[in-house]
Order: sequence, then C-alpha cells, then structure tokens
Amino acid sequence: MLEVAALACRRGDRRLFAELSFTVAEQTLLHVRGRNGSGKTTLLRTLCGLLRQDAGTILWHGEDIRELAEEFNRDLLYFGHLNGIKADLTGLENLRIAATLDQDPVTDDAILDALERIGLRGFEDLPTRMLSQGQKKRVALARLILSKAPLWVLDEPFTALDTDAVELLQQLIAGQVAGGGAVVLTTHQEVALTQGEIHRLTLGADGSTHDG
Amino acid sequence: MLKVFACVLGRDITLAMRRRTDVLTTLFFFIIVVSLFPLGVGSERELLRELGPGVVWVAALLASMLALERLFAADFDDGTLEQMLLTAQPLSLLVLAKVVAHWLLTGLPLVIIAPLVAMQYHLTETAIWVMMASLAVGTPILSLLGAIGAALTLGLRGGGILLSLLILPLYIPVLVYGSGAVSVSMIELADTQPYFYLLGAFLLVALIFAPLASAAALRISTE
Repeated sequence: MLEVAALACRRGDRRLFAELSFTVAEQTLLHVRGRNGSGKTTLLRTLCGLLRQDAGTILWHGEDIRELAEEFNRDLLYFGHLNGIKADLTGLENLRIAATLDQDPVTDDAILDALERIGLRGFEDLPTRMLSQGQKKRVALARLILSKAPLWVLDEPFTALDTDAVELLQQLIAGQVAGGGAVVLTTHQEVALTQGEIHRLTLGADGSTHDG
Repeated sequence: MLKVFACVLGRDITLAMRRRTDVLTTLFFFIIVVSLFPLGVGSERELLRELGPGVVWVAALLASMLALERLFAADFDDGTLEQMLLTAQPLSLLVLAKVVAHWLLTGLPLVIIAPLVAMQYHLTETAIWVMMASLAVGTPILSLLGAIGAALTLGLRGGGILLSLLILPLYIPVLVYGSGAVSVSMIELADTQPYFYLLGAFLLVALIFAPLASAAALRISTE
C-alpha cells in the first residue's frame, strides 16, 4: 500500500536519515525503532505529508501522497505526540468533530460505545481539561475505534496509558492489521499480533536497517 | 462540505463561548480606546466630529488585531491544527470557517457597539449608519487579511509584534476607505457609494484569496 523509496530527511542542518526505502503492505505492522532523536517522529510526520522530505518519494497505492493530498488524508489516521483534542470541549464533542472532519459518518451512539470501550463512560460530558493525562490520551485513542482509515500512523501511542489501556490499544492495533489495514508506529513496547506480519525498521546515526 | 464548514464554525464559537474573556477583552478594548480620545482632546464639537470616523476605525483595526494571534495558535498548541491539516477537506475551507467564526466573535460585536461609542463624537445620524455599514463590510476584510498574518507567524517567538508589523500596513486601504465613507457622509450632497463599492471589492478579493493564502502559510509554518 505504502511505498517509500530513497527517502532523506533533515532537521535544520542535521541529516536524520537518507536512502531509506521500505514498503508497508496490507496486514502489516511496521515498528519503527531508534534512539531518542534518531528521527522517528520526523519519519512518521513525513509519511503523513506534514513534513516535506529532502529527497525520495512516498507512494500510496502507486501515487505520490503530495498529489493525492486530501484523498490520501481520507485513508490516513495520524496520532501524534499532541492529543489533538480541545481542552474546553467534552470527549463526545471532540470525537464528533473529529469524525465530521474525517467524513466518517458516526452516530453519537457509536461515539458513546467507543468511549465506553476505552473506559471513559460517565466522563463524556466533562470538558477534557478536567481529565487526567492518561484519560485525555484515551479520548484521543477512541478515534482509533471509530476510524475506518486503512493506514494508521501512531507516534508513541502507549505513553501515559495504564496496563488496561495498553492492552486495549494492542487489541485495536492487532484488529486493524487483521482487518487488512496497515499500521506504522513508534514505541518502546513490543506489540503482539494475532494475524499479519511485523516488520521492524531501526533508525540510527549510522544509516538505517530494515528487516522483515 | 457545508457540513464540515458548519462543524468548524460551530466548534470555534462553542470554544469561545466557554472562554468568554477573549471575546469580551476585544470588545472592551475597542470601547475604551474610542472613549479615551474625547477625554484627551476635549469636548469641542467640530474637532470631535472630524476625529470620530478615524478614531473609531483605528480602534477597530487594533481590536481585531488583538484576537488574531490566537486564531491558529490555540489549535497549534494542542495538536488539533495538525489533525485539521490531515483531514480529507480542502484546508482553505476549514480556514474560511475559522475566519468567519473569528469575525462573528470579534468583528460583529464591534459593528453593533459602534453607534453607542460613536455618540461621544457628535456624529450625525446618517454618519452613524454609514459607520455601522462600513464596519460591517470592512471588519470581515480585517479578519481575512489577519488570518494570513496569523498563519505566517504561527509558532514564532514574539509572533504577536511581527504579526502587527506584517498586517497593519495591509489594513491601510480598508482604513482609508472605511473612515473616508463616514467622513464624507457628514458632508451634504456627497455620495458614499464609491467607498462602499471599493470596500465591497476588497472584501470579495480577500474572500477568495485570503483562505488559500492562509492555508498555504499554515502548511509552511507547521513544517
């Protein structure tokens, strides 16, 4: 689905990686690893089209993501370091807006079910600023339950979550891969899959390695 | 598409209603600045009448600048802007919705309160109507142009000052024709129509190009 060829990125004057090539097929999880500052987030943001690469191409179903633009965004769900939820809105409102923007027709019942599954039933009427750090993250992660996007790009999704939530997230990721989707993520945790393949990509100061 | 527009518009208005101080600050700033001049220059009728249109318009410019910095900054800080960049919608549509919300919250209140504060300047009744009309056409232009500046200075340190330096010069034509319309309306037999044609033309051009320019600027400044 996603083909990356000869990708090079730099932040300021520092070259993070170059000549990076890999593909992410259906039913695959790509686990990006590397030390702090090795360019994991930069790689993920570049894959989403948020950052512009210095060289190389990123193709989605054979077409450049820059040319696909909004069409690519429809197939993509990005979860970054920032939760992307409004502190003054309730969980329900946040998810409703996210769903409308993604043009996923989602009913309020579906959102409430998602919140229940993520363990936030009873908190849906509270502004998210009243919630704890982990609960805010859970609100943001409820988007994964509602999303129908075939490609998930998750940047450190496990931080600030308790063991229950980590388990649920692992289930969600496994479900996405089993359902024919693809997931690219960075994490220091191991993720188990019931179906599909895990590929590992290690970013480092002296080039990058990719093993299947 | 309309649904998405309404969604973003509703979102920004709900957010502002939950944090009303931002909206009220702009409004009170406008009222205070306009009221300071009669206190400072004295109550001479003719002088105030001449000063009035310019003062009200300058105050409107500054007031609309106040809230501009936060137009995208709040969304940038909590990551919702990032999510907006990744939606299956043209970004300029979302920007336009945000600008419309910004105008409803900061521009429209000024239009409504203008007749009250303008009374301090002994303006004639026609002049007050013309002032309201010119503000109603002019303030959306301020919001639209301001969005470009807000997008360009997003994430910069000291962006607020830079924003004023970038945007205030662009406001000059609006100021000239806006306050000009009011001044002219106090002269008998003078026609204000050309001023409104020009302001209307500015508005249309800004309506078409400003969202596109802001969207492009947002993509650059979030990189």
